[in-house]
Amino acid sequence: MNNVYVYLELEGQTVADVSLELLTKGRKLANQLGCQLEAVAVGSGLDGVEKQVMPYGVDTLHVFDAEGLFPYTSLPHTSVLVNLFKEEKPQICLMGATVIGRDLGPRVSSALFSGLTADCTSLEIGEYEDKKAGKVYENLLYQIRPAFGGNIVATIVNPDNRPQMATVREGVMKKEILDPNYKGEVIRHDVAKYVPETDYVVKVIDRHVEKAKHNLKGAPIVIAGGYGMGSKEGFDMLFDLAKELHAEVGASRAAVDAGFCDHDRQIGQTGVTVRPKLYIACGISGQIQHIAGMQEAGIIISINNDPNAPINTIADYVINGTVEEVVPKMIKYYKQNSK
Amino acid sequence: MSLKIVVLAKQVPDTRNVGKDAMTAEGTVNRAALPAIFNPEDLNALEQALRLKDAHPGSTITILTMGPGRAAEVIREGLFRGADNGYLLTDRAFAGADTLATSYALATAIKKIGEYDIIIGGRQAIDGDTAQVGPQVAEKLGLTQITYAEEILDVNLADKRITVKRHIDGGVETVEGPLPIVITVNGSAAPCRPRNAKLVMKYKRALGAQEKAAITKDGAALPYAELYDKNAYLNITEWSVADVDGDLKQCGLSGSPTKVKAIRNISFQAKESKTLSGSDADIEGLIVELLENHTIG
Repeated sequence: MNNVYVYLELEGQTVADVSLELLTKGRKLANQLGCQLEAVAVGSGLDGVEKQVMPYGVDTLHVFDAEGLFPYTSLPHTSVLVNLFKEEKPQICLMGATVIGRDLGPRVSSALFSGLTADCTSLEIGEYEDKKAGKVYENLLYQIRPAFGGNIVATIVNPDNRPQMATVREGVMKKEILDPNYKGEVIRHDVAKYVPETDYVVKVIDRHVEKAKHNLKGAPIVIAGGYGMGSKEGFDMLFDLAKELHAEVGASRAAVDAGFCDHDRQIGQTGVTVRPKLYIACGISGQIQHIAGMQEAGIIISINNDPNAPINTIADYVINGTVEEVVPKMIKYYKQNSK
Repeated sequence: MSLKIVVLAKQVPDTRNVGKDAMTAEGTVNRAALPAIFNPEDLNALEQALRLKDAHPGSTITILTMGPGRAAEVIREGLFRGADNGYLLTDRAFAGADTLATSYALATAIKKIGEYDIIIGGRQAIDGDTAQVGPQVAEKLGLTQITYAEEILDVNLADKRITVKRHIDGGVETVEGPLPIVITVNGSAAPCRPRNAKLVMKYKRALGAQEKAAITKDGAALPYAELYDKNAYLNITEWSVADVDGDLKQCGLSGSPTKVKAIRNISFQAKESKTLSGSDADIEGLIVELLENHTIG
């Protein structure tokens, strides 16, 4: 009762990275609150799934294993969580801000009348004073996220309703094994007790999942383009530089929205979070949502013809110039000077 | 056979085009400086609805929106593109709603509308990016949902089944579900068709009650007043909490489990940075420095 829960996202029998990252965060929150960490796996053929998650410090793993639970559909997974949560009364529930988490989270929150905050960039524990009601709440989950086009950062709390729910994008939290031999309990539930037959109404007729075409998340060097690149063709020069430096190319949301670059290369709060040793921002002004996805880069170089671009304040090197002028020179002098 | 379609649409500040004047001198957001627009993904949803109407003659499209009086603009825009009618949920009691209270209000209004086969909206609104309202409305109505839709491939009216292509992480999926259903549409779906000139002529004077009141508040006469009695379709219906038999406790701030504890304006932790020009000497110097400390190469 009153524990921290993480919903485990599964592709087949494999637990998604985002869920392992949330287990790492959930473990820390549970320690701070003096409670236990529990996880929920819902899918098909889940024998041994505990081996993937116990090392992250899971005290109890709830397994719901039945045909029809993979691929994911909305109603059966909702019923599992809603009915389990009615029994277990978690204080916190975390899930990935993935297509699945963003389909499932709102339904569960609506059914339980609990608040849900999407795409959090930070989670903390703290107190909250409701001055109107003259009440102080201890140990609430601070759900922190940029809001309103990224001009502000909001801290959201759910004072009265449980569980306090939040979704977090992949890569925002770091995954760290706590103890390879951590021993937790595994409970295998009778799925039929939680999911009525009538929930299996949506049929997945056809499904294609492709391996990612690039490794933006793990790349040591990232070259990112913004709206200032001007066009899809403008991005070609970033791919040229990336080829030389063995880097990956990313983009700001503005550049993706303008069609200059594929959506799966978007860096920021609603895209990928990266932690490269070198980040070269080309024609990116630096809205907070973008900064949220790259601020932990080791060295940041900003190339911008606007000396007042916000990103310049967090850059280690600011190059005042146009991308068209600077990037070809970088390629040229890299070729000349490397070996 | 025909379909009854409800399109959920929201008027949003255009956060994609936040210029320098969007921040006040005190560093707060100047909402007045941001234009109000039809939420982009809701337009993608409207297009899917219009295609169904094209394929199934006799189908009707109702736009449902919640907001202040000026949000009637969203309904007018829908009418210009082929929607049949619309409702504006507007009441001070709706103010301050989080996604849960918003979905309560919308679900209550949809029940008031009564007949529906498909409820469709954008995946998310650009002022919040939460993607929560669609699934929450579905849950409140006891319907299933298909989110992240790319295209409605088929509606089988005899079997009451719908087939939809949707995005999943790293791929696509084709799913089939029962009617009635809630669908949320991705921004990568087909863009919305432009306004239809005939419909613009027909509906350009359509107004909501608050818009009319704003025009006449200083004693001015309402232009073409007689048209509104003659043509009922020019009067955009406004609904209050009472009109949809809503429970005040579940509306607005009091119906919102999430509270905003703090709002912080962005101030970046300024680093000590080296400023370079785009000159050959500066760029070469930087490249050599990065090579020497093994950042690159």
